[in-house]
Amino acid sequence: MSVVHTPGPKLQVRDASKVYQTASGDLLALDRCNLDVQENEIVSIVGPSGSGKTTLLWSMSGLHGLSSGEVLLDGKKITAPSPDIGMVFQDANLLPWRTVDANINFPFEIKGTKPDRDWIAQLMHRVGLEGFGGRMPNELSGGMQQRVALVRALSFKPSVLLMDEPFGALDSFTREEMNHLVEEIYLDTRTTIVLITHSIEEAIFLSDRVIVMSARPGRIASAHEVPFARPRSMEIMSTREVFDLTNTIKREIVGDQKSKAAKVAAPVREATAS
Amino acid sequence: MGSSETIPEFGKSGSGAGQVGVTNMSALTAGPGIQSARDVAIIALVAVVVIGGLELLLLAFGVPQYVLPRPSEIAVALVTDFHFILPHLVHTLVELLSGFGIGALVGLVLAAIITQFPFAEKIITPYILLLVTTPMLALVPLLILRFGFGYEPRIIAVALASGPMVMINATTGFRRVDSGKIALARSYGASTLQIFWKIRAPMALPMIFVGLMVGSIFGLLTAVGAEMVGGGFGLGNRLTSYSSMIQMPQFFAVVLILSILGILIYVLFFLLGKKYASWEA
Repeated sequence: MSVVHTPGPKLQVRDASKVYQTASGDLLALDRCNLDVQENEIVSIVGPSGSGKTTLLWSMSGLHGLSSGEVLLDGKKITAPSPDIGMVFQDANLLPWRTVDANINFPFEIKGTKPDRDWIAQLMHRVGLEGFGGRMPNELSGGMQQRVALVRALSFKPSVLLMDEPFGALDSFTREEMNHLVEEIYLDTRTTIVLITHSIEEAIFLSDRVIVMSARPGRIASAHEVPFARPRSMEIMSTREVFDLTNTIKREIVGDQKSKAAKVAAPVREATAS
Repeated sequence: MGSSETIPEFGKSGSGAGQVGVTNMSALTAGPGIQSARDVAIIALVAVVVIGGLELLLLAFGVPQYVLPRPSEIAVALVTDFHFILPHLVHTLVELLSGFGIGALVGLVLAAIITQFPFAEKIITPYILLLVTTPMLALVPLLILRFGFGYEPRIIAVALASGPMVMINATTGFRRVDSGKIALARSYGASTLQIFWKIRAPMALPMIFVGLMVGSIFGLLTAVGAEMVGGGFGLGNRLTSYSSMIQMPQFFAVVLILSILGILIYVLFFLLGKKYASWEA
């Protein structure tokens, strides 16, 4: 489906560069990155720490600006957070003083709009959170919290969902469950999704395309199509194709880190941007 | 936030969220916790043993009343002289409530403002610390000279004692920025004001309650102290007057009223904290 080029890409990243001023000098976190994300596509970004994955995603969200270059949503330049974009953060990022319902209501309070109750009820049902609306976040498990975050991000029907390592803190079983859930929701809503992850398996399972980034400076190194029909089952993960693809990507990432490490044996600037 | 962008590093929820964990609030409120009727019974039993034992000891050794009155004498004085003490209690409460109200309000507003300007905060904080550590009681003679023996010098002293205490705790609360939560609000297009009311203020609430609790108890101390310095009314005035007349049962009755007042303040803010800031514990 990623070959559908008709109306122009949903998201376009054009020559995106980002420089951070750090105590030890300027740090080039993103170096002239170009990326098109098609409508209804799921794209994952993987790469070593310091490859600018998060920086790239945050510039797509409009939360952080770029030093040069631009990000276009439906052909229009993004300068501030857009109501068309939903974001899921690293930890569930729920407000601990609010109940589940009040957390899901939060975007509407900020935007001053009316929530679509039916849609939210449908989402709550879909993620298995029915009856949990009155709970406080600290009464929920990590997986449940991330489900709430997912409902919150989708509650206002964004056309793009940006996910910043959403399931990194979960155990592998919960993570698999969440991956299935994301795919189910995707099949329901056809939301365009950009996902950052450290797990190559997760990236392959969920995506139409896996983008590999390299570090210092952050660049887009390669892209890999994942040609499996949806809904996918975990069985595809044990196929030869996936095995080979996983290894190719792994080698790219590890190889990149090794060659960089060899090159900068001298003072390595610790870059925390991932 | 705003113009000074830093490298985003969330996930490491330690940065902001770790601090949010268990703070002073729980230090003040948690304790071992009274669990059952049995615990209550034992606490009551200890009180009976201590008070009863003291009563018997003082009787047995024939300790004169002007050295230490027996608990029973204090209780009798509390009941029979309460109508004499009540108006003074009201005076002290008026001073405490108005002084603390003014001080806490100013402290909260200032804390909310200066935390918006990191540079101003850096400059002002040492002076706030100075106000917190200086016993405002020291200013009372000066205030009396200027304002006389009425309410004014006492209310001012209470405000000066409690305000900085509220402010310094509230500042700590407002400073606990969780960049992830602010980014969340901003991703929905939140304004600075919305971020303040919906993120910063609720996050600061537990520390604000700590500040209010400590500040009000400081206020009570200062009110009583100021009353002892001069003027003809208030519980502090009763303490100096009863002791000068060697009316020890009445003296201790006033002390008892003051401890009950302190405990009530503590319980009030404990319950408020439990109701509005329990998510943190």
